Amino acid sequence: MIFRGDEPEQIGLLKKLYPKGNYFMQGDEAIAYGALFAGCRFYAGYPITPASEIAETMARELPKVRGYYIQMEDEIASIAAVIGASWTGFKSMTATSGPGFSLMQENLGYAVFTETPLVLVDVQRSGPSTGQATKGAQGDFFQARWGTHGDHPIIAISPTSVEDSFWETIRAFNLSEKFRIPVVLLADGIIGHTREQIRIPDPEEVEIVYRKLPANEEESKYPFGDVHGDLVPPMPLFGNGYFTHVTGSTHKESGLRDVYTPEVHDRLVRRLHKKLEVHETEIQKWEEYYVEDADILLVSWGVSARPSLGAVIEARKKGMKVGLFVPKTVHPFPGRRIKELSKNVQTILVPEMNLGQMILEVQRFVREEVPVIGVNKIGGVPLTTEEILKEIESSAERSRHRSAD
Amino acid sequence: MAKEIYTKYKMAKYLRKEALPTALCPGCGGGTVLNAFANAIDQLRIDPRDLVVVSGIGCSAWIASPYFLADTLHTTHGRAIAYATGVKVGLPDKKVVVISGDGDLAGIGGNHLLHAARRNIDITVILVNNFIYGMTGGQVAPTTPFGAVTTTTPYRNVEHPLNIAETVASAGASYVARWTTFHVYQLIESIKKALTVKGFSLVEAISQCPVQFGRRNRMKTPAEMLRWFQKNSVPISKAKTLSPEELKGKIIVGELVNREKPEFTEELNFLIEEVAKQYGLGDKNAD
Ligand SMILES: Cc1ncc(C[n+]2csc(CCOP(=O)(O)OP(=O)(O)O)c2C)c(N)n1
Ligand code: SF4
Repeated sequence: MIFRGDEPEQIGLLKKLYPKGNYFMQGDEAIAYGALFAGCRFYAGYPITPASEIAETMARELPKVRGYYIQMEDEIASIAAVIGASWTGFKSMTATSGPGFSLMQENLGYAVFTETPLVLVDVQRSGPSTGQATKGAQGDFFQARWGTHGDHPIIAISPTSVEDSFWETIRAFNLSEKFRIPVVLLADGIIGHTREQIRIPDPEEVEIVYRKLPANEEESKYPFGDVHGDLVPPMPLFGNGYFTHVTGSTHKESGLRDVYTPEVHDRLVRRLHKKLEVHETEIQKWEEYYVEDADILLVSWGVSARPSLGAVIEARKKGMKVGLFVPKTVHPFPGRRIKELSKNVQTILVPEMNLGQMILEVQRFVREEVPVIGVNKIGGVPLTTEEILKEIESSAERSRHRSAD
Repeated sequence: MAKEIYTKYKMAKYLRKEALPTALCPGCGGGTVLNAFANAIDQLRIDPRDLVVVSGIGCSAWIASPYFLADTLHTTHGRAIAYATGVKVGLPDKKVVVISGDGDLAGIGGNHLLHAARRNIDITVILVNNFIYGMTGGQVAPTTPFGAVTTTTPYRNVEHPLNIAETVASAGASYVARWTTFHVYQLIESIKKALTVKGFSLVEAISQCPVQFGRRNRMKTPAEMLRWFQKNSVPISKAKTLSPEELKGKIIVGELVNREKPEFTEELNFLIEEVAKQYGLGDKNAD
């Protein structure tokens, strides 16, 4: 565990084990190294393609930094153990793919409701069901958002490259610790299995966030109360003599169950939502390319953002005014920025490896006059620059016709 | 063993007062189990600050949380042991106890039960077996006796019950015992042993649910259920001399196993010390 106070030792060790410099590795491995640099010292998981390399890397590396790896009996147990470990103070992670992610949903809801920090990596693969087990996809956009039941907020992050996987994993841990909420890292099998060069930084270059602990006995009595006015309660960890009660039932600020008073449920669930709303700018992150003068805007995420950028560059070479918006935080969705951008464009294209998921979020924020068109591909093979470029060209063609009418 | 008759409830200091009175039905065996557990903690002089109690969902799960005054983790249905595994790895020096029902731990959570026993992780499980799904209204459970009537076996149960204690013993637990709520003092002793044994320990507490089980099976009152436990219990030593026919419908009580073998969190920590030393971290215990 990177205990507060243990940092000098851990930093020395990270430097020795993974000296700063360029490495050649898979996205899955980059996620594992990102977790190690973020201070993750507990991992529980169950093997599944294309996420297994995360487990394998963690099993090999964690003991070197005095961290714990457990292969549990299934995915339900994995996230359960991660939640248990988090309440003892560990920064904890599990990783899985489609079917395993489905199994984790009930306990993901538990983590949301009990405000338990953890990182859940879903290396998306082709579905439904066992689908094309070894192939990447982007079909879990809404499973991340709405997979568990009830009204609940969630943070989900999606990286676009191997190096990005390293940094976005760190950001996932930081957001999770800062806001006491599970964070889903929506990776995908293609980046997960692609090898690229990545630069491993000095551990000092990495900003690390720790969850807030109660400052005194009084604060520890309200593990679910807004004691600091920032909607994020300090977390009284187990083993400190606080007698903390944690339950997945509706609970009062003290943690005690109250499932009969409508106001108690209302107050708790609304605070959880508001916690993210108020801090939205800290949570959201996106990238923009050539959006200033764009007539056609591409909105793309994860693995599809790469060929999308390629297509934008090619289109620009041909003199077309095309821009790209890439949400890195996919939930809560940066719709407000898309709304702004959409004011000045004629068409929006949404390339993704599914039959249209994020496009529904985009549509919610765009005025009716602007057509929002999906560029969709399924079957386990990523979109290519050429395929996206073709769609850009036919959209440009269409809008030329429209303006001629 | 000095038997003490209580006139005043001495164990109230171990309970979360703001959560009282308990939601358990009058005459529920859950109260006896809570009492036995509190007495075991008291007799062993375990500081509740050194305890983390984890439970799943069901009436029996409430024994531990919210009623017991310790760090308590009330989890999802069936998953208490898996949660407790993470807790134990994080707090290897604390006593991690799981108290929950038979439906919770052996039905939906059966897989976790077996694997925790196999790993031999140092968790104490008190499994309250009332032969029924009490909280949800008396449906058939994996422990419901063959032929018994429940709300989902209105004619009679045609499934065979799981022998939980034997199953967990063969899965590799360090300590396994079974008693009923009739055997209060033995139950306390076994819980004490389970808490002190290093490794996975299970105490199966056969318990009365007069409301959902007894009522439908000609044992309307708690006393009738306790009498049934008394009449049908056979100590393990005696059971060994009886034929399967003679043991039919009997509850075998006593200690099934008590053995030493490597414990999971300790092994994990040995391994980490080994690897960490090899890769540069000093020995944490040496100055
Ligand atoms: C995933 C899930 N399935 C079903 C339920 C409903 N449920 C609540 S308690 C319970 C049965 C509990 O039975 P047992 O563990 O034997 O405890 P008892 O109430 O008999 O003490 C069930 C099925 C649930 N809460 N969660
Ligand atoms: S329903 Fe049965 S198990 Fe539940 S509290 Fe009542 S008597 Fe106890």
